[in-house]
Amino acid sequence: MSPSTEIQLIAVVVAVACALPGAFLVLQRMAMMSDAISHAILPGIVLAFFITEDLGSPLMIVGAAASGVLTVALVEMLRKTGLLREDAAIGIVFPALFSIGVVLIARYAGDIHLDIDAVLLGELAFAPFDRFILAGVDIGPRSLVIMSAVLVVDLVFISVFFKELKLTTFDAALAGSLGFAPVLLHYVLMGLVSVTAVGAFDAVGSILVVALMVAPPASAYMLTDRLKPMIIISCGIGATCAVGGYWMARYFDVSIAGAMATVAGIVFVLVVFLAPDRGLLSVARRRVSQKLLFGRKMLVIHLYNHEGLPEAKDECRVEHLEDHLRWDHQFANRAVKSCISNSLVNRDGSLLSLTEDGRILARQALVEF
Amino acid sequence: MEWFTDIYLDYTLRTVALGSALLGITAGSLGGFALLRRQSLLGDAISHAALPGIAIAFLLTGSKAPLVLILGAALAGWLGAALIASVTLRTRIKYDSALGIMLSVFFGFGLVLLTYIQKMPDANQAGLDSYLFGQAAALVQRDVMVILGIGSAIMVMMVLFWKEFKLISFDADFGATLGFPIHGLDRFLTGLFVIAIVIGLQTVGVVLMSAMIIAPAAAARQWTDRLGRMIVLAAIFGAVSGVGGAITSGRVANLPTGPTIVLIVSAIVVISLLFAPNRGLVFRRVREWKAGKNLRVDAVLVDLYTLASQHSSKDYPHSQRVLDVMSTISGPAKRTLHLLETLGLARQIDAQNWSLTGKGVERAQSVIDSQYGGKLSQ
Repeated sequence: MSPSTEIQLIAVVVAVACALPGAFLVLQRMAMMSDAISHAILPGIVLAFFITEDLGSPLMIVGAAASGVLTVALVEMLRKTGLLREDAAIGIVFPALFSIGVVLIARYAGDIHLDIDAVLLGELAFAPFDRFILAGVDIGPRSLVIMSAVLVVDLVFISVFFKELKLTTFDAALAGSLGFAPVLLHYVLMGLVSVTAVGAFDAVGSILVVALMVAPPASAYMLTDRLKPMIIISCGIGATCAVGGYWMARYFDVSIAGAMATVAGIVFVLVVFLAPDRGLLSVARRRVSQKLLFGRKMLVIHLYNHEGLPEAKDECRVEHLEDHLRWDHQFANRAVKSCISNSLVNRDGSLLSLTEDGRILARQALVEF
Repeated sequence: MEWFTDIYLDYTLRTVALGSALLGITAGSLGGFALLRRQSLLGDAISHAALPGIAIAFLLTGSKAPLVLILGAALAGWLGAALIASVTLRTRIKYDSALGIMLSVFFGFGLVLLTYIQKMPDANQAGLDSYLFGQAAALVQRDVMVILGIGSAIMVMMVLFWKEFKLISFDADFGATLGFPIHGLDRFLTGLFVIAIVIGLQTVGVVLMSAMIIAPAAAARQWTDRLGRMIVLAAIFGAVSGVGGAITSGRVANLPTGPTIVLIVSAIVVISLLFAPNRGLVFRRVREWKAGKNLRVDAVLVDLYTLASQHSSKDYPHSQRVLDVMSTISGPAKRTLHLLETLGLARQIDAQNWSLTGKGVERAQSVIDSQYGGKLSQ
């Protein structure tokens, strides 16, 4: 495989591995836990590194997962005192843990290869040079091997506990009363987030972990109401960001991780505007059409009320709508046109009269109102 | 040469300590409002979102003057905050997701721009990185003057708009019914907040800035229920941790300033959570213990009185075992009975039996009057 293919493959695997737990974080309104955990795993990584002196050791993952779970436990502990709200607790715990990590590196790791830039920012471009060699055979880039393992763990956990996760996500109280241990599941999910974050950090850095855990699932959330499609769409969007980000980075010669986050942002903006049903454009269009529909109903009711009465000659004129219904000129004309094209109303000069369809609609609308 | 080194070091230390203290005061006091408005994590998002602004300001002007970069950072941070608010308001995306997206996407884009700047021929970009991780030790007098100027302006604004900010922190809807321009005030306060954050980026960096904002306020909140005192305390905590962090990291080799400040302010939070009067955990535990003791004393007293009222005299003795069974609150009555004895409310007749003293009878009657409405269930 060429380095270019390998980088894209790593990026896609990272993106999908992040999107899986990310979907649940977004739905459980805990998106910022990804930010907290991806920073707070630093002391775990550093301590594990001191013990093993090897960045590829499995102990790194264990250490990171442990400090991730510690973050969650500390946040929970602070919240339970009732003295701080959850967001404040998060905002205090992770900078403290991150600081401990930074201090440990600065004090005791002066000459080892572990710097904060790498943790925060990552550098995917160098990933293919770090090979995973097992029994003398070059299996692939180390990040690819590690992230594939993480992806498998994520996939297995989410498929095995799908029902439990779904229930806990949408109705934690019911899950608890049915005996599903939502608290335990919460910790396991957070452990999963930590493992994914640590697997991803040396490839893409912790900020991109946040981008990939939150942006694709949030975009998918704009597109669907169902959990399974949401997860699948998240993974798809994540993979798109990975590949798109790679090519953007290559074209402009910039940071791959940053470009992936940028593409994730672009996708999110597109989805926010263009999503069917929930996108801003679709909502705006629906408002306009609902307003027009309401206008049609008002017009036929108005005509129906005055139909056949002596004042009809005055009341049923186009110009009169502006006074009587307090419509502006433009909207009155649009409503009249819309009624005519739907053959609810006939127009004779400026005099309007109902058709049979218009009469039926007016009677229906009167009942509705 | 030694005196020269000393003065030089002292001068640096003074500059760093002063800068950190000013920063702590500004961030801490504004953080009080953020905490009350449940925007604790907004600071984190803003500090990350400011990065592309710094890069764009540099790209457009080619200047690394703190004011130029701060202006760029503030515009980007403010845009990020506005987008978070508008996405939350207009779409089904929740606040936490909006924070996460703006934080990471803006930061990622900033990273793209920074790497782009690095690749530019003869661009003198060195130093922009310090906004990422913070370099308090590199603070020079010019930076401190900028922090001082902007920080004072923020403080003046806070004092001028005190009433309005208080109103939108506690009851924005009420403020709206009074005719205050709530949205404008909200944007204004967010703007001040953004400025306070971006002037801190150079010192403590994007990751730790959120702690500078929220931790002093969270600590101060435990000591008082009054907004004014809380903000002043938060400013003091911010200043103390700024100076403490600067001095500690100046004394100890290889101890970065930003993280040290954050660790000190975190320690202040822990101390406040434990020992603050009234709200503090230790205080609460003591209060619960005292309340529990009073409850047990009263319960056993009333039980003894109830038993005695079945007999001719109010000090008729009864067995401890009966009390064990009767009492619904205290569990074994023995310890409470001894407590009653030391309080002079009951006395031990023999190994098993206890009776009320005259004082005990009075106290039992008053407890029954006040807590049982004068009536006893049999």
